[in-house]
Amino acid sequence: MTELVVVSGKGGTGKTSLVGSLAALSENKVMVDCDVDAADLHLILNNRVQKTIEFIGGKGASIVNEKCTNCGICLDYCRFDAIKHESHTENGGEERYWIDKHACEGCAVCVRNCPEQAIDFNEIVSGEWYLSDTPYGPLVHARLGIAQANSGKLVSVLRKQALLLAEQRELDLILIDGPPGIGCPVIASITGTGYVLVVTEPSMSAMHDMERLLQLTAHFGIPTGICINKCDINPELSSQIEEKARKLNLPVHGRIRHDEAVTRAQLNQKSVVENGDSPAARDIRALWEGVKNAIS
Amino acid sequence: MKIAIASGKGGTGKTTIATNMAVAIAREGRDVTYIDCDVEEPNGHIFLKPKIREQYDATVLVPHVDLNKCTLCGDCSAACEFNAIAVLGKTVEVFPSICHSCGGCSDVCPENAIVDIPRTIGHISHGDGMGVQFYEGRLNVGEAISPPVTKALRRLDTDSEVLIIDAPPGTSCPVIEAISGTDYVILVTEPTPFGLNDLKLAVGMVQEIGLPHGVVINRSDIGDGKTEEFCHRQNLDILMTIPFERRVAEAYSRGEMMSDVNSEYERRFWELYCSIAEKVSS
Ligand code: SF4
Ligand code: SF4
Ligand code: SF4
Ligand code: SF4
Repeated sequence: MTELVVVSGKGGTGKTSLVGSLAALSENKVMVDCDVDAADLHLILNNRVQKTIEFIGGKGASIVNEKCTNCGICLDYCRFDAIKHESHTENGGEERYWIDKHACEGCAVCVRNCPEQAIDFNEIVSGEWYLSDTPYGPLVHARLGIAQANSGKLVSVLRKQALLLAEQRELDLILIDGPPGIGCPVIASITGTGYVLVVTEPSMSAMHDMERLLQLTAHFGIPTGICINKCDINPELSSQIEEKARKLNLPVHGRIRHDEAVTRAQLNQKSVVENGDSPAARDIRALWEGVKNAIS
Repeated sequence: MKIAIASGKGGTGKTTIATNMAVAIAREGRDVTYIDCDVEEPNGHIFLKPKIREQYDATVLVPHVDLNKCTLCGDCSAACEFNAIAVLGKTVEVFPSICHSCGGCSDVCPENAIVDIPRTIGHISHGDGMGVQFYEGRLNVGEAISPPVTKALRRLDTDSEVLIIDAPPGTSCPVIEAISGTDYVILVTEPTPFGLNDLKLAVGMVQEIGLPHGVVINRSDIGDGKTEEFCHRQNLDILMTIPFERRVAEAYSRGEMMSDVNSEYERRFWELYCSIAEKVSS
């Protein structure tokens, strides 16, 4: 069984559309949407949620006003400026301390140092994750609560579930739609996978982001291949990407032409390869043949 | 005036709008600063081509254990909510990449064996380009926790009249760090099912933290009318719509400004700024 993860560094390079097509082309697999901040894959997979599970991301502190004596000790301990103070001239004449839940990292330092034990410390539900059925196989996806931290932890939960499912159902492939960037959720999405497919496009921005991402996959030593989307928007930069790939000894699995069929498919809530014949659909089929060989 | 440019979905044109607006404001003779808070993948420099004048490290504090003082009591690891410090055999191991720099371990250590030492996780560059003051934060490759770099950027003392903050994509903590304390948030989207789904999340985010906001629809003619419908239903201001133009996309790919290929955009971005300034001051 292989874990194939599709990432892009820069957002909006067509990663999710591509994963949707790979879901239609590949066999015997489970899909995972690790872009938990902005999960879109389910929109083109015609999913039906079978199970919804709460995600406990961590803990958070809150001050019990009845017990608090306004001593102000906690304020000095919090390194995240999460503890706020309103003097008696604000808040309608009532002095008080309170905790900004978006800023609180759940470190418990204030909790330990409050002389009145006036700070509660509880687990926080910071999102939920779902197990869906789709015509293409099972889909594990999630929704991180707004303004929440710990997306990396949620990604790990999703990957673990997908692995479990793949074992139970004897699936051959775990197809992962990864998040943008190079930080915590990306690291959680790629570590330990079998193959990383980097989707880029011929723009200075996307190339810059790709280079940082390639440094990351090299850092973790994961086999990596490249896909150039919208390759005809700037043929010169496309050949620069190929040149770069050659230097790094990385395969370029596909070149997908800029094609309005990609947006049309999305509007029809379908993957590109299932929405009639188009240049992009043909390019994606060719790409999948290359990737299939690379991961088998 | 602090304006943040954000979007749930990546690649909708955040940086394009942020840099073009900054330049349009500068060309009107205003003092404007652009801050690239997309520290995982900063792109603003590609368009503004700044001359970098200073650069400094972005650091976080991580514990360092003096083993001569340490009695291996384990209090530090019991206090750490993030499993970033552990007593292993005859030593205490710190895992810097998952440490949140909360100071909890040094606070509880009965032997005062822990001191906090700075660790570099990225850097901040400052310069200017196209008449715009430029700041950029950049997370080192391999680092997981980006908000401290953003925090360092947002704490900068800049006395510019206008601050343009280019936020990272998404709706989680790095974005909150970037947009909090601003006067107005521009949400950039495109009229596709993915764009709309992510716009809804982004609107939820700015409403949750209570910041005034409006929408810019980029590539406004590629999808369907559902995004506009949504904006009308939710009473969201559509600040600007930008139709798809292949020559603009090509110019973007080369790192050029929109006004370089279509001079009308300079005026349109200045008007965008003016309309926001009016909303904020009223
Ligand atoms: S330390 Fe405790 S009692 Fe003092 S202000 Fe904070 S919550 Fe209130
Ligand atoms: S738990 Fe930590 S981050 Fe949260 S308020 Fe207390 S000291 Fe601050
Ligand atoms: S709390 Fe201090 S003395 Fe105890 S194990 Fe940690 S560093 Fe050593
Ligand atoms: S500073 Fe906080 S997160 Fe880091 S090791 Fe110490 S207790 Fe853990």
